[in-house]
Amino acid sequence: MKYLEAIGKYFIMIWEVFKKPTKWRIMKSLILKEVDDLVFGAMGIIIFISFFIGGVVTIQTALNLTNPLLPKSLIGFAARQSVILEFAPTFTSIIMAGKVGSYITSSIGTMRVTEQIDALEVMGVNSLNYLVFPKIIAVMMYPFAVAVSMFVGITGGWVAAVFGGFAPSGEFIKGLQMDFDAFHVTYALIKSVVFAFIIATVPSYHGFYMKGGALEVGKASTTSFVWTSVVIIITNYILTQLLLG
Amino acid sequence: MIEVDNIHKSFGEHHVLKGISTSFEKGKTNLIIGQSGSGKTVFLKCLLGLFEPDEGNICYNGRFYSELSTKDRRNLRQEMGMVFQGSALFDSMTVEGNVMFPLDMFTNQSRSEKQDRVDFVLKRVNLIDAHKKYPSEISGGMQKRVAIARAIVMNPKYLFCDEPNSGLDPKTAILIDNLIHEITTEYDITTIINTHDMNSVMEIGEKILFLKNGYKEWEGTNKEIFKTDNQAVTDFVYSSELFKKVRQMYLEERN
Repeated sequence: MKYLEAIGKYFIMIWEVFKKPTKWRIMKSLILKEVDDLVFGAMGIIIFISFFIGGVVTIQTALNLTNPLLPKSLIGFAARQSVILEFAPTFTSIIMAGKVGSYITSSIGTMRVTEQIDALEVMGVNSLNYLVFPKIIAVMMYPFAVAVSMFVGITGGWVAAVFGGFAPSGEFIKGLQMDFDAFHVTYALIKSVVFAFIIATVPSYHGFYMKGGALEVGKASTTSFVWTSVVIIITNYILTQLLLG
Repeated sequence: MIEVDNIHKSFGEHHVLKGISTSFEKGKTNLIIGQSGSGKTVFLKCLLGLFEPDEGNICYNGRFYSELSTKDRRNLRQEMGMVFQGSALFDSMTVEGNVMFPLDMFTNQSRSEKQDRVDFVLKRVNLIDAHKKYPSEISGGMQKRVAIARAIVMNPKYLFCDEPNSGLDPKTAILIDNLIHEITTEYDITTIINTHDMNSVMEIGEKILFLKNGYKEWEGTNKEIFKTDNQAVTDFVYSSELFKKVRQMYLEERN
């Protein structure tokens, strides 16, 4: 019952976010600030993780392809499929749920605790629109981050394969081009848009409706990370079934 | 003027406000006092429109809150200024940004017009060199003054203050009290202050409303509070030895 109430409250929150918009002149600057904080601010960690995950996937694939009859190009093929289909959109989203999600929950939660949200409401500002809408728009840049993650992940795989002596560069690149289906990239980008919406709204919900003091802000950040991850994983299953099934 | 008619408010089974009726006059400093848990904050939030009463009505210069549309309610809120207990300044904005915020949100004034208005109100609250500082870089007393400046920048008709001098030293607390009182008279605002500070009660309480367990126990002026024989009021207001002596001296002087 508690969960049903929370789900209902979440959807009411989403509805409120799009009501009574803030002036565009103000909203524009808020969006640009959020793009900087939420997307560009997370690029460093996305690039770092993607590079090494790409490398690890390649090494593990290479170490499991022990049969000499299997071509080395399969290493590139497996790395490409893993990175594009799953690691770039889903794994990066889970990381973003931790980094960006906890930032959103704690910043909105702190505003709640220090009565800044009450101050907005008293002034007649639609606080949900003012606080959450720019975050939703900003994270719509997230497919760009996922595209970068795909490129860096595959580059990491190539570096691991070539410099680790698992496959020659030509074979790896041949594997990357093998049976390439462009829809897989589209599928990954569609997923990343949905995950971005979840990353912006679920942590906002936990921050906006939190009660208590500083300790509860920390607890809300942790809860928000758990729930954002759970929702991403369930949505990932549903989207995969719908788009590829 | 704000007229309150028999308002009730409950949270679950907890009946917080139990039929409060009163009125707050324009141009006067009205104080709400009472023990913690007496319903002061809930009452103030009902007046602000943050909580909707379960029963009863609140009328703002002839406009019944319960009868207003969502749009009219938002417009009414733009006639209100609020000074929160913890100031509630936006951390990410400078002092100037905080005070300019309502002007940015609700007016179409040019940059220079807004700047002039911000300079004027900051000067009015005696803050001259803090424009570019962030809330974390200024003292608690200065934060309160910024909060007052932000609350009055839109020329509100109603000013609400939730414990405006809590956490301040006695000298700064008196400065803040006097500033609120001066602004109330100067701009003819209906000011309602939620306070525990008995010094404020004695100094600026042109009307005092005493709440006890969600009921209106007593109301009167700061002159009448000296004379009242209401046990609950005297127990609360004159709980300190100092105030007991002040009251005794006042009554002896009168006799």
